[in-house]
Amino acid sequence: MAVVTLNVNGQDVAVPAGASLLEATRAAAADVPTLCHLDGLNPVSSCRLCLVEVEGSTKLLPACSTAAAEGMVVHTHTPRLKEYRRMTVELFFAEGNHVCAVCVANTHCELQDMAVTVGMDHSRFPYQYPQRPVDASHPQFTLDHNRCILCTRCVRVCDEIEGAHVWDIGSRGGQCHIVAGLDEPWGQVQACTSCGKCVEVCPTGALFRNTDTTAEKQPDASLPALLRSARDQHRWHNQ
Amino acid sequence: MTPSPAAAKLRLATVWLAGCSGCHMSFLDLDEFLFDLAEKVDVVFSPVGSDVKIYPENVDIALVEGAVANVDNLELALQLRQRTALVISFGDCAVTANVPGLRNLLDGGHDGAKAVLERGYLELADATGQLPFAPGIVPELLPRVLPLHEVIPVDLFLPGCPPSAERIREAITPLLAGDRPAMEGAAMLRFG
Repeated sequence: MAVVTLNVNGQDVAVPAGASLLEATRAAAADVPTLCHLDGLNPVSSCRLCLVEVEGSTKLLPACSTAAAEGMVVHTHTPRLKEYRRMTVELFFAEGNHVCAVCVANTHCELQDMAVTVGMDHSRFPYQYPQRPVDASHPQFTLDHNRCILCTRCVRVCDEIEGAHVWDIGSRGGQCHIVAGLDEPWGQVQACTSCGKCVEVCPTGALFRNTDTTAEKQPDASLPALLRSARDQHRWHNQ
Repeated sequence: MTPSPAAAKLRLATVWLAGCSGCHMSFLDLDEFLFDLAEKVDVVFSPVGSDVKIYPENVDIALVEGAVANVDNLELALQLRQRTALVISFGDCAVTANVPGLRNLLDGGHDGAKAVLERGYLELADATGQLPFAPGIVPELLPRVLPLHEVIPVDLFLPGCPPSAERIREAITPLLAGDRPAMEGAAMLRFG
């Protein structure tokens, strides 16, 4: 097996050729935060939390979608990166309508956890209070756009794992939002198999089961990695 | 008259702006720690700890619960900032505007006051609904509900809905000794 060797925060690590920088930082136990990334799904680097500094590059690089290369010297927790990460999480909170106290995902929310991780005690950016709808047309699930951070995990799990491709992104820039089918009410999209994988991988309370109320959502974001290893390697967690 | 031993104590205020008082209930959940606290501080202003109506001068520490939603909240916030050394945003409503801030969603946030009054007093009322009108008695709503730090400088943020009694104790214990608490980790920082 071909191996590349690189340096993460002063520590030499060896990872298989083709591995991502994120995997390399994990080999160095560097604990780079991620929100949009999910093991088992293809990376899109939309959340920007995994940005790292690579010596010789003037740009910050997203660790999840950058290939680890021989001889790279990587820094994952410089003061600049820590400040950017906190700003990024503050912007997530300010951009949407996130009210943890009354959210279905309270205590099981990756955005709420990430605020703790980056040390966010308040937002320095004013909250925008955007007008966003709630799609409750599906008999089992609801999509609350107020809580969506556009990580696209739902889009990817539905496309890459379930093969139904119910979800996509509509519009541009600040108007971007998740659309079901051809921008239809979710409940009318015949391609939806009601498998619920999108709900399981959603990091916030944007997608939830109708039976869950405040703080009752208990997602299982390990599902894509489990299904992918089951399909590719015929290996299940319990084997 | 012998000088009061209380003269050496810190002067603590707790303030209730636009919140549900849950943070104050959590403060009361400090239980027996309140006895220890009473040995170190004088509660000079508090909806749950004193009957003083005017915010006093020379306050050392203020725990401020709630968002800034009406003209009374705004006036008291400005006043307490002038009269307090260390102002703490106490709970999610003070830190983020939280649930009171949800009315900012009405009317696209342009005039949330008018929108929320019409929603509450006219649209959802029976046939006799009318808007409240009592100038000088009922404080006017601000157009937009604001977190405390968008109105006055805040020295310390204590999130939580409500912050647990343990979190409150961990935050104020160092302050009593003149130190700053380390506000980090899920035990001290988590919203909600």
